Amino acid sequence: MTAGHRLRLQAIEISLEGAPLLRLDAAVGPGEVLTVMGPSGSGKSTLLAYLAGFLAPAFRASGRILLDGSDIGRLPAERRHIGLLFQDPLLFPHLSVAGNLRFGMPRDKVDKGERVEAALAQVGLAGFGPRDPATLSGGQQARVALMRLLLAEPRAVLLDEPFTRLDLPLRHEMRRLVFDRLRQAGLPSLLVTHDPQDAAAAGGPVVDLAGQ
Amino acid sequence: MLRLAPLLIVTLLVAPILAGLTMALLPAFGYLPALGGERLSLAPWRELLAQPGLARSVAVSLASGLITTAVSLGVVLLFLAGASGSRLDRWIRRLVAPLLSLPHAAAAFGLAFLIAPSGLLARLVSPGLTGWERPPDLLLVNDPWGLSLMAGLVVKEIPFLLLMSLAALPQLDPDRRIAMARSLGYRPLTAWFKVVAPALYPLIRLPVYAVIAYATAVVDVALILGPTLPPTLAVSILTWFHDPDLSRRFMASAGAVLQLGVTAAALVAWWCLERGATRLGRHWLARGGRGQGEQPLRLAGRALILLATLSAFVGLVGLALGSVAGFWRFPEALPQSVTAAHWLRALPTLAGPVATTALIAIGATLCALVLTLAALENEQRSGRHPAQGRLLSALTLLYLPLIVPQIAFLFGLVVVMESLGIRPRPWLVMFGHLLFVLPYVFLSLSEAYRRLDPRWSQLASSLGASRHAVFWRVRLPLLLAPLLTAGAVGLAVSIGQYLPTQLLGAGRIATVTTEAVSLAAGGNRRVIGVWALVQACLPLAGFALAVGLPRLIWSRRRGMQGAP
Amino acid sequence: MPIRPLAAALALSFFAAATALAGDWQAVLDDARGQTVHWHAWAGDTRVNDYLDWVKGRVRDEYGIELVHVKIDDTGSAVSRVLAERSAGNHDDGSVDLIWINGENFAAMRENDLLFGPFAERLPHFALTHPEHNPEVVTDFTLPTEGFESPWGKAQITFYYDADTLEEEPPRSMAQLLAWAEANPGRFTYPRIPDFLGSTFLKQALIALVDDSDALYAPVDQSDFAAVSAPLWEYLDALHPHLWRRGRQFPASGPEMRRLMGDGELELAFTFNPAEPAAAVADLELPESTRSYVLDGGTLGNVHFVAIPFNSPHQAAAMVVADFLLTPEAQARKQDLAVWGDPTVLDVARLDDADRARFEQASDHPALLPPQALAETLPEPHPSWMTALQEAWQARYVGGP
Repeated sequence: MTAGHRLRLQAIEISLEGAPLLRLDAAVGPGEVLTVMGPSGSGKSTLLAYLAGFLAPAFRASGRILLDGSDIGRLPAERRHIGLLFQDPLLFPHLSVAGNLRFGMPRDKVDKGERVEAALAQVGLAGFGPRDPATLSGGQQARVALMRLLLAEPRAVLLDEPFTRLDLPLRHEMRRLVFDRLRQAGLPSLLVTHDPQDAAAAGGPVVDLAGQ
Repeated sequence: MLRLAPLLIVTLLVAPILAGLTMALLPAFGYLPALGGERLSLAPWRELLAQPGLARSVAVSLASGLITTAVSLGVVLLFLAGASGSRLDRWIRRLVAPLLSLPHAAAAFGLAFLIAPSGLLARLVSPGLTGWERPPDLLLVNDPWGLSLMAGLVVKEIPFLLLMSLAALPQLDPDRRIAMARSLGYRPLTAWFKVVAPALYPLIRLPVYAVIAYATAVVDVALILGPTLPPTLAVSILTWFHDPDLSRRFMASAGAVLQLGVTAAALVAWWCLERGATRLGRHWLARGGRGQGEQPLRLAGRALILLATLSAFVGLVGLALGSVAGFWRFPEALPQSVTAAHWLRALPTLAGPVATTALIAIGATLCALVLTLAALENEQRSGRHPAQGRLLSALTLLYLPLIVPQIAFLFGLVVVMESLGIRPRPWLVMFGHLLFVLPYVFLSLSEAYRRLDPRWSQLASSLGASRHAVFWRVRLPLLLAPLLTAGAVGLAVSIGQYLPTQLLGAGRIATVTTEAVSLAAGGNRRVIGVWALVQACLPLAGFALAVGLPRLIWSRRRGMQGAP
Repeated sequence: MPIRPLAAALALSFFAAATALAGDWQAVLDDARGQTVHWHAWAGDTRVNDYLDWVKGRVRDEYGIELVHVKIDDTGSAVSRVLAERSAGNHDDGSVDLIWINGENFAAMRENDLLFGPFAERLPHFALTHPEHNPEVVTDFTLPTEGFESPWGKAQITFYYDADTLEEEPPRSMAQLLAWAEANPGRFTYPRIPDFLGSTFLKQALIALVDDSDALYAPVDQSDFAAVSAPLWEYLDALHPHLWRRGRQFPASGPEMRRLMGDGELELAFTFNPAEPAAAVADLELPESTRSYVLDGGTLGNVHFVAIPFNSPHQAAAMVVADFLLTPEAQARKQDLAVWGDPTVLDVARLDDADRARFEQASDHPALLPPQALAETLPEPHPSWMTALQEAWQARYVGGP
């Protein structure tokens, strides 16, 4: 988990039915967080969708997405090794907490149960494995979502305004937890937000799409 | 494979209908070599036009299509507009839902016994209130204007349109719309009609058209409640097709083509009404009237929907009473004696048809679910979503079996199957049912499937789950409840089918519905009660399962308790 | 049109064999064993269905034949199915093996060559009907059956009423019926044309009203239909305003009329099965006080038959079933009031003592007529009259205000 990955976004251009929407050229190093800011409609979500592999057919995109030097732009989403964190924790409601954590774990892991327990203990949720996710508090759910992401062993992470739905004290706590963990794991991350405090907490370079 | 699903569906549905229509069209113009019709001619049409009462048949069919639809839609909209989420409203909704699964024939039997001069209602108030010692000689059931027919259809179409509307409403976010309009000074009911109804209608247009088509061409309900001198066009056609004078089949084919025209005319007329209503509506919307006297309308909406629902239920109670009744002289409200003899007599003969019904319904429903899931999953994977409410996408052809009258193409289809050397078998009946099950399953499942938050599957694939894994491990479990509901709808549709079972099964395949209708020829209310109840209970079992199973499976998952 | 040389050859050889071995019933029985017979029969009465169920068990045990009762609500549908099969070129693998039939359905199938035969004379038990003494078993609505159908049961118009509610004597003739209806408006009706029983009522009235009924026993185009039928329309025009629902609506069938009797809507009704009123009392459909009678001068009666379509692949088994239906055992059970109550077609007087004893049942049910009351049977007119009357009735009374 400490190998350290590099994300390079090379001359990315996205257009909608011929009209250019956004342009981006950036490099994100291991443990680094690139913050992309911009008002709604500036194409933040489109950028994330493109990087993650969900771009709607109406959009056209060019450029290269290099992860550890190889172009992943044509791979299907599930083989890109890019993790996602949304505004909502989105714990699968039909699975237990442990089930959620196991969901993304690579198939070849033999000690899944222990890893799940360890991950829960790391965020102060030891013994929560068999619980129904709907019975967890908002902060607990957010922590489980983060650990689920990390257990899937991504090579880069996209964060889609992950703190906006949290109340203020929790927001500070989660920011610290998320960025610490991502740094620890040496993951290059891309944060999309409209909250300058997010950008400040991330501590990395900031790109403002509004300026284009 | 998945990419072929839409094509497969459309072929599966459209090909038999076109083939069947062709084999109705050719004899309609005199061509049917097996009967000596070697040349095209207009003779069948001349014979058809000379039929006594034809104009009346056509008029009643047309009127029952338009009036049934207008009344059902009106009641549903009025109820939705006036609904405030009160306990009564929720109770009404819960009461209406199981009616959807009630087969048309069973509802019609129940209503007939309820409103007949010697029926349950008259018995309840006689002789005390009416002084009737003998049933009054009143023409209520089978009235020449088709009013009782329309009433029977309305009772069944209200639940259908209501549930279709309830499924479509959430995406319109009606509460916000209403709040906005009320902040502008509109009263709630007016607000609903001004800001929600215009957006809702396009979403339920297809079900509305299906109701029109169904009501213009229905056979089983018209046999039970419809006018008789002359009957509706569809019933007349059935009689002509079965006439031992075989040359009448030419005229019957012409009648089938005419039925197609009548249904088309009803649809066109409705479309024109829609246009007119839109124009008037625009004026009404822009005029800015804030509306007065809402309370009576609100009450009317609830009262009418309750009336329709309760008549169906009380009718069923009447059937249940009849099925255990000893001799039951008018005007006694209850039978002189109660006996299990009718049930005991029917029980040994029930097993076979019940098993056949279940087999065919489960087979057709499973096929329909697989095809529907394949088409919807393909839609998800290709990222192409058909525009909402748009009528001309290829998959819209899916709804063709709901728009083309059964009677217009089924006889032709039998001839086609015969000439292909395909013998009647349970799977052929299953295929015939699939034509009607598939559209309803698609209709019930597609909204939930398309509305499922796309982030679930994005999240899952970002966690490394393959497309198959996303489907099996995320989408399917999350959609279990709507999936089972769609399955229950499919079962109910299949169980209720009369004409396709009778014709494609060559009468050899006996289901509870064919048994009930053929026993209805015997007119024995006790036997009809037994069979109609069995017919009503089977789909109800499906719905109970659809509601109960997810609750059981997700009993420890609070997040799965509501609909996703 | 698909050609199936093998099947065609087999069919040919069957016919050849049938001709060569005429009278060799054993060969037919051997062929029949293991075959399945789809019998299309009206299923509107549970008593009939239960009887057919019994037949199913018997032919399975006795002859190894699997009998399937295909329940239909209209014999015409079976006729049109055979037709659809022929129009599709299906000449040897039809889905109908046996049909319960008579009258215009038989006439239509004969005319279109849709029937297998002649076979009736080959059935060993057919002789017990003694056609030489009972011409009605080989005559169907004046048409000679020529062996293309085998007799099964008998029907005769029988009136019934509730003796507790009907105070005066019930009407005994067509003229009295009109007067009775005038005095009791809304309490009598007849099934809607073209229902079988309703059409029979028209014929019954016509026979009673015409001076000379000979014309009715020849094809209708040999006489002046309008002139012959004029008294009937005059009669109906007078009768209709006093009928149930003022003649603006009619019950669909005889059984529906029976239900209306049970509901108290009607006070007088009629049926084609003399045992039906008694059976309906036993089934709790009609009150105990139900009584039946026939009109003075007799009522129409006919015989119903079973026939085998030309393209049935199981003709041997179908013949065996038709023969079983003619056994004294099957006929006596069918006539048993507790079972169905349909009168036998066998010449009971000419049976041997043991078989004759089977028919001596306790038939003293008050709703049941003694056999001698049914002695006066009027023969059915030519089937073309039925069609002509139906069309004229519909032209006159359908689609009115």
